[in-house]
Amino acid sequence: MNIVVCVKQVPDTATERKLRSDDKTLDRDAADGVINELCEYAVEEALRLKEAHGGEVTVLTMGPDKATDTIRKALAMGADKAVHLVDPALHGSDALSTSYAMAQTLKKIGFDLVILGSESTDARTGMLAAMLAERLGAPQLTLANKVEIGDGAIRVQRVTDYGFDKVEASLPAVVSVVEKINEPRYPSFKGIMAAKKKPVQTFGIADAEIDAAQVGVANAWSEVTDFAVAPPRAAGTVVKDEGDGGVKAADFLASKKFI
Amino acid sequence: MAEILVLVEHVDGDVKKVTLELLTLARLLGEPAAVWAGPGYSDIAKGKLAEFGAEKVYVADSADIVDHVVAPKAELLASLVASRAPAAVLVASTAEGKEVAGRLAVKTDSGVITDAVGVGEGLVADQSIFGGGVNVHSRVAKGTPIIAVRPNSTAPVPATGAAAEEKVDVELSDSARAAKIVERVKQEKGARPELTEAAIVVSGGRGVGSGENFAIIEKLADSLGAAVGASRAATDAGWYPHAFQVGQTGKTVSPQLYIAAGISGAIQHRAGMQTSKTIVVINKDPEAPIFEIADFGIVGDLNQVVPQLTAEIAKRK
Ligand SMILES: Cc1cc2nc3c(=O)[nH]c(=O)nc-3n(C[C@H](O)[C@H](O)[C@H](O)COP(=O)(O)OP(=O)(O)OC[C@H]3O[C@@H](n4cnc5c(N)ncnc54)[C@H](O)[C@@H]3O)c2cc1C
Repeated sequence: MNIVVCVKQVPDTATERKLRSDDKTLDRDAADGVINELCEYAVEEALRLKEAHGGEVTVLTMGPDKATDTIRKALAMGADKAVHLVDPALHGSDALSTSYAMAQTLKKIGFDLVILGSESTDARTGMLAAMLAERLGAPQLTLANKVEIGDGAIRVQRVTDYGFDKVEASLPAVVSVVEKINEPRYPSFKGIMAAKKKPVQTFGIADAEIDAAQVGVANAWSEVTDFAVAPPRAAGTVVKDEGDGGVKAADFLASKKFI
Repeated sequence: MAEILVLVEHVDGDVKKVTLELLTLARLLGEPAAVWAGPGYSDIAKGKLAEFGAEKVYVADSADIVDHVVAPKAELLASLVASRAPAAVLVASTAEGKEVAGRLAVKTDSGVITDAVGVGEGLVADQSIFGGGVNVHSRVAKGTPIIAVRPNSTAPVPATGAAAEEKVDVELSDSARAAKIVERVKQEKGARPELTEAAIVVSGGRGVGSGENFAIIEKLADSLGAAVGASRAATDAGWYPHAFQVGQTGKTVSPQLYIAAGISGAIQHRAGMQTSKTIVVINKDPEAPIFEIADFGIVGDLNQVVPQLTAEIAKRK
């Protein structure tokens, strides 16, 4: 089985994240880049499916040059090879253009299964997997906390408002995972060394037949008109419980008319 | 006036609160037209939609629409966008709502904005990003604006509409029926309000200590008419079902009041509750990061503080 796992490099949530003042896109230089946490769960699930059913795991990343760190991390966990979609024309792409560029690349490299994390910590739109399914005409098996493959079918448990749905489809398919699905492995020393020798193919927009007029900040379908750093939350009151903490909390709730 | 399509969220034939919020918003932007997807359209539903200003209700009541993941709803909306040329489409910014919005955007070659906390003149959306650190105004530059609005960001205000019913038949494509829902599993919430819609949410974390002890969280919630939430540590431990997880990979809530008991305030938890209007924290560790965003915090043992607070609320009723 040919599994492609999409991973994204995001600014570390532990550092301050900013928008650039010039083109109002994410300032990727202001913060350290790390692998999006949920992508580690996607990589882990891809590896487990490969271990159970055989095949190959390819990492696909769209992002600037420095996203190679993120690719190496996924390779060190055990993925076999990687495709890095990198081109200045892609800078500032929104969800629509990103899904277009990734779908074009996926069509080029081929897949039986595409796995993603359910959202990234930077943009948080949670739309990419659904958009890829739409563009690829493949079944959408998103928000999965369990994935099973057998008898030519793929079955997932999809997290819903009220619990979960059991969903069934045939391959090829697009899956997104939530963090309940597994516990990502740590790369071993051997894995880290091996990752350095694994093939990473670089794609520019021409290689993936991506139309330059459909990507990048200038062609985005939506735009940030202005932004401002939010005023910090006014510091609250913190009291130590002296045996009357509950009463004090009730006083506070009453002062705010909640009781 | 151009129509504003509002995708109705419904359960057991009744309209969810977020839809009333979206209709209230839609009235400011154009003529609200509700879109009912799936079986179960009833007089109760019609009454609610009329009460909050829907001039029209497009009803597509085939079971096929809800028996497959997301794609049929996007196809239904795309057909309405093509035939009615609305000024915008509003959906609830829930995990599924955003997926519908995403597919619809691809189908109609339109821009999409998620997690809006308001929509104003010129269909400019307000968003709060980076865990509430930056406020953004954004707008759609191409196509029919598709905007996913967070539950609890507008107060629903009634204003009568005609709610004229119009049946819609959609021929679903094969690819829209590619992912079949074979079973739905409901995790009980009791008689409590739904997490994303509740005005008050009381959440428990690892500090609660056990599944049995979540009873003290539930009692506090019930004394306030609140929903119960949980941190990932609590859902991972199996103390509370996953459907009640608040945070990055759980629900995003934005209630008037959020009470966090025994939760440290990891960034992934904060991502799901940081826009709550008032935050009250009960934690025994004064260094817990959750205190940084608390309007009122108590450093103490939740096993003492929570039951005392519940009793005090009962006394003052
Ligand atoms: C990809 C990913 C996604 C995630 N998604 C989510 C998510 O959606 N939601 C989420 O919540 N987390 C999420 N997390 C996990 C998150 O990082 C934290 O691990 C989690 O929120 C911790 O839960 P907690 O605060 O209950 O536990 P802890 O961090 O262990 O905190 C427990 C707190 O309880 C306090 N305490 C203990 N005993 C008592 C007592 N008797 N009285 C009062 N206080 C007490 C302690 O002082 C401590 O502050 C995610 C993590 C990852 C990697």
